[in-house]
Amino acid sequence: MIRVMIPLALAVLALFAASLLTGPAGIGVRDGLAALVAGDGGPLTLIMREIRLPRAILALMIGGSLGLAGAAMQGYLRNPLAEPGLIGVSGSAALGAVLALQTGLAASFALGLPLMALAGALIGVMLVMLLAGPRGASLTLILAGIAVSALAGALVSLVLNLSPNPFAASEMMFWMMGSLADRSMLHVWLAAPLMALGAGLLLTLGRGLDALTLGEDAAEAMGVPLSRLRLQLVIGTACVVGAGTAVAGAIGFVGLVVPHILRPLVGARPSRLLWASTLGGAAMLLAADIAVRLILPERDLKLGVVTALVGAPLFLHLILKLRKERI
Amino acid sequence: MSDFVRSSERIRRIIARAILAGAVIIGAAARAEAPARVVSINLCTDQLAMLIAGEGQLLSVSHIARDRRVSAMADLAAGLDVNYGRAEEIYMLRPDLVLAQEYSPRATLAMLRRLGIPVVTLPDAATFGDVRANMAEMGRLLGREDAAAALIAEYDARLAALRDEAAERPRAVLYQASGYTSGGDTLAGRILIAAGFANAAAAADYGTGAKIPLEVLAMLAPDLVLTSEPYPGASRSEEMLRHPVVAALREGRRAAMTDHDWICGTPFVLRAVEHLAATRAAMTGTSE
Repeated sequence: MIRVMIPLALAVLALFAASLLTGPAGIGVRDGLAALVAGDGGPLTLIMREIRLPRAILALMIGGSLGLAGAAMQGYLRNPLAEPGLIGVSGSAALGAVLALQTGLAASFALGLPLMALAGALIGVMLVMLLAGPRGASLTLILAGIAVSALAGALVSLVLNLSPNPFAASEMMFWMMGSLADRSMLHVWLAAPLMALGAGLLLTLGRGLDALTLGEDAAEAMGVPLSRLRLQLVIGTACVVGAGTAVAGAIGFVGLVVPHILRPLVGARPSRLLWASTLGGAAMLLAADIAVRLILPERDLKLGVVTALVGAPLFLHLILKLRKERI
Repeated sequence: MSDFVRSSERIRRIIARAILAGAVIIGAAARAEAPARVVSINLCTDQLAMLIAGEGQLLSVSHIARDRRVSAMADLAAGLDVNYGRAEEIYMLRPDLVLAQEYSPRATLAMLRRLGIPVVTLPDAATFGDVRANMAEMGRLLGREDAAAALIAEYDARLAALRDEAAERPRAVLYQASGYTSGGDTLAGRILIAAGFANAAAAADYGTGAKIPLEVLAMLAPDLVLTSEPYPGASRSEEMLRHPVVAALREGRRAAMTDHDWICGTPFVLRAVEHLAATRAAMTGTSE
């Protein structure tokens, strides 16, 4: 466990620092860090504190929470395909966020944006869990996910097309693929409370998920309250995914890739995987966000493009593997 | 690269003008008298037509002409019928002249021409001279040369009054939704220079159609950031105009906005120059 966590934590730290030092202004390492810490009120301080710091913090928070949510859902459903982006939770959260922005709720009440995204995510995750059933068989889970994603995507598009703002309709890409460009500390404060609450709920699932690997009957015999476990998972996932999507759009595949890579390294124990995936998700999103700034600095390449390029082939690989196992 | 873009731009403009001239000659041959049922489907031709057309000559303008944020003549447009630029509704109006701009949707224009409706496109104005040429063109097309000549005389007089060289040029950046900027080859860029500012973005090689990253904007630290007025509803493109970095650059300075006077090549561009020049005078503490 320690052998996995320490390298992961070091990777997150290194990537966080690299994220702070990546950007079009071309600020040197020492100048940048001095401006960040000391703060002389000049343009360097403005860039470090108001552009790069919130971006790095958001990548850390959102990546971590997506990795955590993926690990928790996969542990509960005992299905490696369960991931908030793929099963439509992120898409429903985006719908809630877009509704909050376009109805003016977000402008009149600061927490309206993350709370509406939370509501959207909650509806999405409950729909999928109801449709897929308690055991979350692969086929029904993926079909339910496709249905919820498609509906949420269409409704996001509808709301943006109905907006009086001519720029809104062209921002489908952001809500479907996600980006951390030009976010500010305001977005960090908007997302942080719900994300902390959700992470608290998900990180304490460990014991229950460990017991669940032995089967539902065994888990209940061991005194794990399954209905409470399920409620905690649903609310926790909706909180972290809702808060993240509200400020950065829907970013897929992080919750799929990270648990898949880390599972063998933690001896396939769900309780350990929760913590490892949190760090792994943060590292993956920080790396992806550095990549979008290095590959196409002027174009605001979307984060979801990079995560999908890594994640989609893995997803196909997992489907093939599951099919073989069933035969 | 930029030279190539500029020269290809110039060639495109020359071709557009040649086509326009051809259309005018054919049009003049086809009908001797002035058109009586004119429909405009573009914001810029809307405003030129409203300025120059005679009583009852202009049947309909585009619905955008009523939008106060982009149209300098929204009040006048409120009294006219509006169209949404769809070939079917325009055909139903039975116009004898349709006014469009060179970037109007080609499919719509081709459909109208197939239906036998004369369509004339005006080129996009990129200089103060283009504005003048478009006014003269509009006068010829509508058979209202006298009205156009009066407008041009007033325009020339105001333009001449603006032509004095500024000694001290504060550095300004045009920063529109999504961070797009305009260079010296556009009307907006020329308004900036005419008002006595230096284009700090163009000096840093961020020309027309380039996006200025927030970080670069902070490093430029211009004396004036000119943004556009936001639309209702919400969008990320406009949200970044309220980012703390932009707010810090605008703090304590004049909140200059690019408005409806900036968008089209009409005489209102001179009002934009005059307003901006007043801002400059207040900033530098000099009288004009």
